Amino acid sequence: MSINWKQYELQEGFYDELISSPGNPRIPARQLASYLSSLTEDEIQSRKLAAESTIKDMGVSFTVYSEGENIDRAWPFDIVPRIISAQQWEKTAAGLRQRLKALNMFIDDLYHEQRIIKDGVIPEFVLKQSKNYRPECEGVNPRFGVWAHICGTDLVRDGDGQFYVLEDNLRVPSGVSYMLENRSIMKRVLPEVFEKVSIAPVGDYPEALFNMLASLSPRQSASPVVAVLTPGIFNSAYFEHAFLAQRMGAELVEGSDLVVGKDDCVYMKTISGLERVDVIYRRIDDMFLDPEVFQPDSVLGVPGLMRAWRKGKVALANAPGAGVADDKVVYAYVPDIIRYYLSEEPLIPNVETYLCYDDEQREYVLDNLDKLVVKPANESGGYGMLVGPHSTKKEREHFAELITANPRNYIAQPTLALSTAPTLVGRSKVEPRHLDLRPFILQGESSYVTTGGLTRVAMKKGSLVVNSSQGGGSKDTWIVDTSARKS
Amino acid sequence: MLSKVAERIFWAARYLERVESTARMLSIYDTLLFDLPKQINFGWYNLIVINSLEQDFNERYSVQDERNVVKFLVGDDTNPSSIVTSLKAIRENIRTTRDVIPADTWELVNELSQYVEGNIQQGINRRDRHEFLGNIISACQQIIGLWQVNMARDSAWEMLKLGQNLERADMTTRNLDAATAAIMQIEDDDFAVNSEQIIWGNVLRSLSADQPYRRAMRSSVKGWLVCTFLLSDARFPRSVGFCLDRMIEAAKSLPRSEKIIADIRALHKTVTERDDDSPPGADMRDALNELQISLQYLHFTLSRTWFLSDQEPLAVAQ
Repeated sequence: MSINWKQYELQEGFYDELISSPGNPRIPARQLASYLSSLTEDEIQSRKLAAESTIKDMGVSFTVYSEGENIDRAWPFDIVPRIISAQQWEKTAAGLRQRLKALNMFIDDLYHEQRIIKDGVIPEFVLKQSKNYRPECEGVNPRFGVWAHICGTDLVRDGDGQFYVLEDNLRVPSGVSYMLENRSIMKRVLPEVFEKVSIAPVGDYPEALFNMLASLSPRQSASPVVAVLTPGIFNSAYFEHAFLAQRMGAELVEGSDLVVGKDDCVYMKTISGLERVDVIYRRIDDMFLDPEVFQPDSVLGVPGLMRAWRKGKVALANAPGAGVADDKVVYAYVPDIIRYYLSEEPLIPNVETYLCYDDEQREYVLDNLDKLVVKPANESGGYGMLVGPHSTKKEREHFAELITANPRNYIAQPTLALSTAPTLVGRSKVEPRHLDLRPFILQGESSYVTTGGLTRVAMKKGSLVVNSSQGGGSKDTWIVDTSARKS
Repeated sequence: MLSKVAERIFWAARYLERVESTARMLSIYDTLLFDLPKQINFGWYNLIVINSLEQDFNERYSVQDERNVVKFLVGDDTNPSSIVTSLKAIRENIRTTRDVIPADTWELVNELSQYVEGNIQQGINRRDRHEFLGNIISACQQIIGLWQVNMARDSAWEMLKLGQNLERADMTTRNLDAATAAIMQIEDDDFAVNSEQIIWGNVLRSLSADQPYRRAMRSSVKGWLVCTFLLSDARFPRSVGFCLDRMIEAAKSLPRSEKIIADIRALHKTVTERDDDSPPGADMRDALNELQISLQYLHFTLSRTWFLSDQEPLAVAQ
């Protein structure tokens, strides 16, 4: 049996990305929907298998720590893409640029005059107690005043169809390689649709990333040496580190490949001896960067790296300390931050957020734990969260204790009616599954936003957790221009 | 190029060469056994001896028969040189050098690993073995072809060449050594001459040297001529002399290579100027043994020159 869109069971109260009412695809999705329903069950199955074998051949994989020796696992992929109209995307992209610009001004201010605190927009203790504030970074002047060069912002759509920012990932956001690989898979799986529909390409990201990184070089040379610093093959995002280095023509290095010389410059060990490195796209956390400054037992980092960076001999992206704005308490203030630095209204709203350090808000949170999502302020990857409606009484009691003991470290948000999109289940049935979107934003001298981003989907029915480390999968994301129809 | 990357590429090339030569050796071995008179005590276990794997094999198997030997050489992950282990090593090395090797290599290596893992039983059963091994050989050649056509002739390329030629030279000496050992077992009877021809012919085929030998030597298959050809021919890509020559060429384009070039040249001279037209026997085995040690030593020098990340003193290159 082929796909019948009339039988697609929309969930009440949830926005569906492709289907507006039973049997009615949204305009940008019409051609895809009619193409998919023209396929027989066997044809759909063979496309699904084609996608799976492509993924295997590409070796697209990420690590799940608990799997021990098996460091590869195919990334679950759904062949039904998620579609957003070009006009809507344009507005969203502008909002993402605005947000990162303001956040960078905020970080730069924090490590210099701290005007925003003096002016009373943000309470001082938010900063004082932030796990990611690095006094070692005070007074440093990264090029263009930019600290967070690469940002992976998580967007969600609520029941009203509006995009909201769920979190800003300013430390070492990953997933962009999957966005790029998903597109190459889809081109092999549904070439017929690419012929007909005007889908914006995504392939220029590595180029944009390289240009941005090169622009940070402290040496004014025509071809700066750019390196991607990875913790190594056992890191969950190693695939991505290698992928990006390859696409950019940059060196993929581990801490042990680098040394800081007496001249405070960073060198890599090559077959010809030492070669100077100008820009490091580091994919390891602040705390492991330099054992001389941070964790002394770290073997992932490079002794002296902070010294080299502070003296302006090497550029680090993202800059150490940028994570201070990646705090979920700071998140709650981003709309104010945008107004304060840019004198503009935020183009994309935040999800309503309750700060547990505030007595009144905390009381509300504790009274409504069964309805809210509680998150620790400084964790990422979906770890240490409480999803109220899906929690047990015991879990709620545990979180109530945690919150009371350390209110600064927790925020709560209403459980969102995360939007859905048709996802292939079994041989040829499509069912709604919840998803989010992670676009990637670059900022150097100017800024850049990916066309669309990585759509992550909770493959389990009813689940709202999309993280790959928690069993989520992904879909290709199409930005479709309906005004420029291909003949 | 990073020292670590250089080392990984070198090993990827060595292992790829090993996969191909193991597959080729296995795929023609039954023909040899069919042709030899039944009186001659010469069996599958000899393949284990060629690869110096006696200890590993005997720890695993008590019966030295065809099934176990093939299983051990193709699919045993406790054998450090089996096709499966070598592919794993290639995969790890390519996976960590994807930034300097043509992107398609990764897909081809993945395909090959999956094919081998999914069809190992075919390799063990006699019926399907030819096809199975043939597919492995083609896949290896496809990867080498991809490199040949698409790679910039930069340091990564030279490292590949070094790894490939060192492994080839080593494999050729092993084949020669095994044949000489086998010949020495043959009793001087009516079958002797015929058996010698069969054994040396097999060495040539197993190195794809059959045709080139005949064209270069213009002679029937004779032990000392086969040895001379496979040690010193200047044009055949699997002769030890040729491999060493290519290594010199590769090293010339790499930095800090004076010492290593001098070492390879000295070895090249010893191998190609060898003058011995007596039937290969104990002397030959000693010479081959020494040659293998020299090749190992070459590997150490290579590794000291380019791979060790704590190389001292480190000159600053701009």
